[in-house]
Amino acid sequence: MQVAVKLSGVSRHFEEVRAVDDVDLEIAEGEFFAMLGPSGSGKTTCLRMIAGFDHPSSGEISLFGQSVIGVPPYRRNVNTVFQDYALFPHLDVAANVAYGLMIRGIDKATRMRQAEEALSLVRLSGYGKRKPSQLSGGQRQRVALARALVNKPKILLLDEPLGALDLKLREQMQEELKELQRSLGITFVFVTHDQGEALSMADRIAIFNLGKLVQTGTPTDIYHHPRNLFVADFVGSSNILPASLAVKLNSRESPASLRPEAIRIVGEGGHAATVLGQSFLGATRRLTVEMDGTRLNVLLPNQVDTPPVGAEIRIAWDNESLHPLEEG
Amino acid sequence: MRSDLQNRAPLGLKIAAAAGLLFLHLPILLIFVYAFTTEDKSYQWPPPGFTLKWLGVTWNRPDVWEALWLSVKVATISTIIALVLGTLCAAAVARTKFFGRETISLLVILPIALPGIITGISLRSAFNLMDIPFSVWTIVLGHATFCVVVVYNNAVARFRRTSASLIEASMDLGANGFQTLRHVVLPNIATAMLAGGMLAFALSFDEVIVTTFTAGQQATLPIWMLEELVRPRQRPVTNVVAMVVVLVTLLPILAAHYFTRDGDNPAGHGK
Repeated sequence: MQVAVKLSGVSRHFEEVRAVDDVDLEIAEGEFFAMLGPSGSGKTTCLRMIAGFDHPSSGEISLFGQSVIGVPPYRRNVNTVFQDYALFPHLDVAANVAYGLMIRGIDKATRMRQAEEALSLVRLSGYGKRKPSQLSGGQRQRVALARALVNKPKILLLDEPLGALDLKLREQMQEELKELQRSLGITFVFVTHDQGEALSMADRIAIFNLGKLVQTGTPTDIYHHPRNLFVADFVGSSNILPASLAVKLNSRESPASLRPEAIRIVGEGGHAATVLGQSFLGATRRLTVEMDGTRLNVLLPNQVDTPPVGAEIRIAWDNESLHPLEEG
Repeated sequence: MRSDLQNRAPLGLKIAAAAGLLFLHLPILLIFVYAFTTEDKSYQWPPPGFTLKWLGVTWNRPDVWEALWLSVKVATISTIIALVLGTLCAAAVARTKFFGRETISLLVILPIALPGIITGISLRSAFNLMDIPFSVWTIVLGHATFCVVVVYNNAVARFRRTSASLIEASMDLGANGFQTLRHVVLPNIATAMLAGGMLAFALSFDEVIVTTFTAGQQATLPIWMLEELVRPRQRPVTNVVAMVVVLVTLLPILAAHYFTRDGDNPAGHGK
C-alpha cells in the first residue's frame, strides 16, 4: 500500500514555542487516521502543515511521495473540513459546494450537477438554494464535507469536525463519516481531542503531547499497550500503579497501567483489597478499592453481585493486563 | 396587546421628542424656503413672494459650476484613495499580528478625533516647509486623512466579523490569492466598503475647515458658500446651492445606512 502522507523530522517553532517537535509519521493510502491529543499538543498544527496553511520550520512533508515543501494549499490534492466549517456566507449551499469546481473552470451545468450529487452523498439533496445561515450545525457540517469531497481529493483532512455538535448528532456523524470513508476509500486524516471518537472511528491513531508524537498504533494496540503514563491516562481510564507497587507484582521497576475492566473479584488467591465505594454506571458498576495503599478502580458487569462498602475482598487479573509504562 | 399598551410613550415625551426634532430640522427647511424668495438682499421673514428664477440664475453662474466640479473631483479622488488605503490597513490590522499594530490602529483613527483646524494648520505648514504649491492634490491630501478613517472603521469591523478560515477554505479549494480576493474577500467586505466610501464622499463634499488651510485660491462648494454669505449679492443663489449640497450629502449617507442594515448578521460566524 502506498504512503499517502509522510512527515519526517517535522518541527514547527513559533518563536520560543515548539508547537510541533521532530515528528515522524506515515499515513497509508485509504487509511482512517486520527491525530489525538489535548489542546496545544501540536496535532492541529500538523494538520495545517499537511494542508499547506502552515509550514514546517524544519523537516520534510511529502504527499504520495512528492515533497510539498513550498507548495501552496491550492496546488495540493488535499481538501479540508474546517472546525468552524468556513462556509462562504455570501454564497448559497450549491455555490459553496461547487466553489472548487468553479475555480477549476468547470462549466456551470456540470458543476451544479456534481454539487447536487455531493449533497445527496451527505443526505442534503434539495438544500442547494439555502444560505449557510439557514442551516443547523449538523447540516453545515455536511455541506462542508460535500464541498471538500466534490473535488475528489486524495486526502481529506478533518479538523475537529464534530466538536461543535451535540452528543447525539456527534455519534450519528461518527457512524456516517466512517461509512463514507469506507465507501469512498479516500485517506481521512482526522484531528480530535476526544479519545472515544478516535478509538471508535480510526484505523490507526497518533497520540500527540506537548508537540511530540508519543505513540502510533491501532486503537486496540494503544488501549491495551499504552507506551507511557500520558497515553495510559489520556486514552480510556486506567489505574496507574506506582513503581514501588508494580515491582512487587511483576518485579519491574517502572509504573504500570491496569485497565479497570481487567480486574476481577476472586474467591481465593489474587491480592487482598478493601472496598471503599461503588457507583452505578448503567451497563456497568464501578468499585473503588484499596490495595496495598493504592486506590484502584474496578469495572464490573452489572449482573455480578457487588460486595458492600467496607468488605474485604480478593482481586486478580491476567498477567498481560498489567502493562509496564515508560516514564514521561 | 398588553405589551403594546405598556410600551406606549407618554404624551409629554412625544411632544418633547417632536419639539427637539423640529428644532434640529426647521432651520434647514428655512434655507430651502429662502431659495425661492423674491427678495435678494437680506433674509426677510416672511418672504415677500416666491419665484423659481434663482434656480435658473444659479444654473448660469460659472463660479458655482467651478466650485461644484472641484468638490466632486476632490471628494471622488479622496474616496478612492481612502477605499484603497483604508481597506488594506483594515485587512492588516484585523488579520495579522505585528509589532506596533495597536499604535497604527490608533494613529489611523486619530485624524477624525483631532479638531480639523489642527489637521489643517499642520498640513499647511508641512506643505509650506516642503515647498508644495496648493492645488487640487493638497485638498485631496487633507481630505484623505479623515476619509481613510471612515473606510478603515467600516472595513475593520467587517473583517473582524468575518471568519479568518474563509480565506483558508478558498485556498484549500484551489483558489490562488487573486481568485480568493475576487470570489471570497471582496464579496464579503463589499457592502462595508460601499458604506465607508459613501460616508467618506459625504464628509469630503461638505468639509470646510481643513479645506480652508489646504486649498490656496480655489474654492470648493462649501468654501464658495462661506464666501457668498459675506458678500450680499444674489443671496438666494447660496440657498439653492445649499439645497443641492444637502441632497448630495444626504443621499449617500442614507444609502450607506441601507447597505449596512443587514450587517448585524455576522458573516461566517464561528469560533
